[in-house]
Order: sequence, then C-alpha cells, then structure tokens
Amino acid sequence: MSQITGQMEALEPDPIDVVVSKTIEGRSPWQLSMARLRRDPMAIITLVVIFLIILIALCAPLIAKFTGHPPNMQYRTTGLTPEGLPRPPGGEFWFGTDNLGRDVLVRIAYGARISLVVSLVSTVLTVTLGVAVGIAAGYYGGIIDSVLSRMVDFVLSFPFILFVLALVAISGPSLVLLVIVIALFNWTYVARVVRGQTLSLRQREFVEAALSLGASDRRIMFYDLLPNVLAPVIALTSLLIPLFVVLEATLSFLGLGVPAPTATWGGMLSDSVVTYRQAWWFVVFPGAALLITTLAFNLLGDSVRDAFDPRADRL
Amino acid sequence: MLRFLIRRVLQGIFVLWMISVAVFALFFIAPSDVARRLAGRQATPESIAAVTHRLGLDRPKYEQYGSFVWRALHGDLGYDYYHGVTVTSIIKEALPKTLSLVLGAAVLWLFFGIFNGVISAVKTRSIADRALTVFSLVFYSMPSFLIGLLLLYFAYYKLTLSGRAWFPPGGYVPLTQDPAHWAQSLILPWISLALLQAAAYTRLTRSSLLEVMGEDYIRTARSKGISERRVVVRHGLRAALTPVITQFGIDLGALVGGVLIVETVFSIDGLGRESLIAFNAQDLPVIAGIVLLGAAAVTVANILVDMLYAVLDPRIRLS
Repeated sequence: MSQITGQMEALEPDPIDVVVSKTIEGRSPWQLSMARLRRDPMAIITLVVIFLIILIALCAPLIAKFTGHPPNMQYRTTGLTPEGLPRPPGGEFWFGTDNLGRDVLVRIAYGARISLVVSLVSTVLTVTLGVAVGIAAGYYGGIIDSVLSRMVDFVLSFPFILFVLALVAISGPSLVLLVIVIALFNWTYVARVVRGQTLSLRQREFVEAALSLGASDRRIMFYDLLPNVLAPVIALTSLLIPLFVVLEATLSFLGLGVPAPTATWGGMLSDSVVTYRQAWWFVVFPGAALLITTLAFNLLGDSVRDAFDPRADRL
Repeated sequence: MLRFLIRRVLQGIFVLWMISVAVFALFFIAPSDVARRLAGRQATPESIAAVTHRLGLDRPKYEQYGSFVWRALHGDLGYDYYHGVTVTSIIKEALPKTLSLVLGAAVLWLFFGIFNGVISAVKTRSIADRALTVFSLVFYSMPSFLIGLLLLYFAYYKLTLSGRAWFPPGGYVPLTQDPAHWAQSLILPWISLALLQAAAYTRLTRSSLLEVMGEDYIRTARSKGISERRVVVRHGLRAALTPVITQFGIDLGALVGGVLIVETVFSIDGLGRESLIAFNAQDLPVIAGIVLLGAAAVTVANILVDMLYAVLDPRIRLS
C-alpha cells in the first residue's frame, strides 16, 4: 500500500495537501480515487512491472559488474564471430552481442536509465510548465489567455521533428536538449486542460469566498485552484510518461537523442538495422524492453485515469 | 462560414510566417560551415569568401530573408547549395513518394481504426471487444520504427528466406509505372505507419461511440423502430466521429515525424529522408522549402478538418 502511495506522489510534482471537500461519507475525492486504484488488479500488476524496470535501471552497474562487461566495452574477439558478426545469446553473453561486440543485456539495462530519466524529467517539466501557464491563463483571462491560446495553436501546427532536427544540427545532440525539446512541445496539452478547468472553477463560490476574505491572487491559485485541477492533471500525466518513452526512443533512433556511445534503446535499434538479417536478438531484446516499458506505463495510465477521472475519454 | 474561412486562412498565414522566421533564425544563430565544406579541403580564406558571396550568405540577414520570402511567393524556393538543383525540383521528385506513403497509411488506419472501434463498442465485453482492446493496447505502445524493423525481419527476411518473396525490403515504384508493384513496395511502410494510429483510433472510436450511444436521441431513434445498424451508423457514429476527426487533424502534424522514420527504415527517398539529408548538410534552401511545405500542408488539412465538423455534426455552427 505504501508503495502505491509512493508511486502516486512521484507522478505529481507538487506535494500539496488536497483540500478535503465535505461529502456524506466524509471521504475526499483523492481518497476515493486512491481506493479505486487499489481495487484495480491491473494497476497493481503494472506497478510491479514498472518497479522491476526501475530496479533494473538502478542496478545497471551491478549487472555490468556481474557479467564483467562494461556497457561500452567492445569485445572484438569474444563478442564477434570470425566474420565480424554479432554473437547469438549464449553462456558469456546472455542476450548476445551487438555489431560492435558489446553486451546487449548490459546495454539494455543502461538504456533503461536514459529512458526513465528522460521521460520522467520531461514529464515533470511539461506538467509544471503546463499547470503554471494553464492556471494563470484561466484565472487572469484577457490578454494572457489569448496569448496562451495563440501559442497553443502555434505549437500544435509546428512540425516538431523538423524543429528538433534543426536544433540538433546546430547544437549537437544531448540529454539536456532532448528533455527541453520534449517539454517545450508538449506543455500545451496540459495547459489547455488546466485552463479549461480553471475557467469553470473560477466562477465557483469558494473562490469568491477566498477573494472576499482578502486572499491574494497567488494564494488563490496555489491553495484553492491547484488542488482542484490535480485529478485531470494526474490522469494526463500518466499518459505523458509512455508517450515520452516512445519519443525518446524515436529521437535516439534518428540520432537526435542522447549521442553514441551512450546506450539507449532507440540507438540500439538504430544500430540493429545494419545486421537485422543475421542478429535477431539485437532487434528483439531492445524492442521487447521498449515495448514492455511503454505497455506497462500505458496500462497504468489507463487505471490511473479510470480512478482519478472516471468520465474522461479513453484515447 | 466565409468569415470563419477567412479568419482561419489568415491565422494559417501567420503561423507559416512565424515558422519561416524560426527556421531562418535557427540557421543564422548556428555557426554555419556550408561555405567551408563547399570550398573543399584545400580552401583558402579567399575561396571560402568567394563561395559565401556566390551563395549570397554575405548579404545582411534581413535581406536574405526578404528575398527568400519574395521568391517563395512567386513559387521559387531557390537552389540547393551543393548541386545547384532547384528546391522545387527536389520536392517534385520526392513528393509523390511521401504522398503515396501518407495517403495509403491514412486510409488504412482510418478504416481499421473506426471499423474496429465500432465493433468494439457495439459488442462491448464480447471476446472480439477484448481481443481488439488488447491488440490496440499493444500496438499503441509500439513505436513505428519498431513495427517497421519487426516487419522487415519477419515479413521480408524470413518470408523471402522460406521462398515466399512477397514483400520487397523497401524502395519505391511509381504508381503510373506499375500500380501492382507500387502497392507491393509500399505495403510494409503503410502498415508500419498505420498500425499505431489504427490502435489509437480504435480506442478513441470505441469510447466516443459508447458515450454517444447513451444519449437520449439514440433511445428516441431506437423507439422509432429503425434497425439497430441504422441507429449505430446514421445516428451514433455520425456524432461519435467528431473527436476522431479532431484527433486526425492533430495527427496530421505529428505524421511528419512518422514519415521521416518510416522512410528511413524502408529507404524511400521521400520528403522525410530528403530533409534528414539536408539537415546534416545544413542545406538551408532545401530545409526551408520542405519545412514550409510540411507546415502549409498541416495548416490546410486542419482547416479542412474544421469544415468537416459542420458536415458531420449539424449541431456545430462555424463562427
């Protein structure tokens, strides 16, 4: 149980206590959502899988130590066949080797680190930016609101990948650039949802009450509005994480993500294009790692959304 | 309707202008070494300066931008830096390939997405519904390059090995030259691009149709005694398609990325691959041309999508 609570807090950047609204049962919407989530077997299963992936990522150096193969070490003699082709899975290399004679298993474990760090950090950035702008636009309205709406239109019609290509051509690929670019092109989704919620919340009596008590704009936004937009934001967040895992892999596949020789799942799959005829393991294992991760996050996202935002559309 | 159209076209022009400024700004912020690359290995500062002058890169930035816009408005996108080919001819060469890829994939994913979604929604909790839900979740979580690689391995390599050379590993045969080979060479790229989207649309159509089927007017339609098929298709699906069409408009923009990936995996020399090559070579005229064309296509498609709303759902008034 404590594990689930821990997970939920990790999804949500601002650990601000939720205002308990009085219901007949005396349970807050938050408590109801958590209860719904705990009753969902799929949520528990996917949480265990995600926990395992995080464990593998954390233990990557241990795996490297255990196998005796550092992630970027090229085993030209033992790791490649006499013809210079990757070795199939076997005693020394459990998941086989790649086209440079590196250990696929160890590189998958290190790739999990990049995948998780990029997707989680981008998610936190995206959500923080989106919530801040969305609440401000919804609360103040007027010019701030119309500027935001135009920006959303602009970002939505911008060919994202082409822009990333241009940026990378200039500054070279890097982890920081990757995270910033992902956040920069996705905060608008969050901002739109939050703005819509804030617009209707602003008309409610409790905001009027806070205003008449002399609360500052900042206090109203933080203590009255923020807790009330959290449920849809959490639901949206849970779907952004798998999206960003895929995005990271895609950009790395195109050589726009974290530069080589750092192990990334997308980068490994990109290397595997050359030898896919001879080395199925070099396509299948990184591909499976990627698929299991996104599938687990997507399934968890569905459960979280059902629990926190029961009326939302499934996408 | 007319006022709506004018406003949207003006907005679209504004977005295109912003994008052209952004592309130019990005490239002039960067330390450009195009002239040095072109001048060759034994370049002297003088020869580099000569190349810079020939390309017009020594003129003031605003002047370069101004002449680019002026020429673009006359349908002239300039010449590529390296081979002196006109950008319009590069685009003309690559566009049919990309269009074939995109249109074929869009037809596939809309058809299967909506069809599967309707089956899922009409027969909720049946075996077909559950199977489709699992199917769409798996493919929804699978990036298109992974689907492409797996297709290459199983549908091309393994099948060809076993003597059934049904699918080529890529390439492109013009439609006008040989329609059968055109479709055969594109079927794997189409599937790679369409599967993920079909999965997303299945889920979207299912939830949207389920919600609509709970409305009062569906009960009214049923009580009139018309067939269930007619209730679902004429009364339900028509309203349920609105969010699907919205998503389609958004996805057209995201498709630019998908095209780039699929063209790379299957070695199709379309716009995506051309832009990748141009980016690596810092070939500004080609990049600007392709980016603007892509953005214009997305903008026009979005306007069309907005107009489609009014046709699909009579309750929507464009204003």
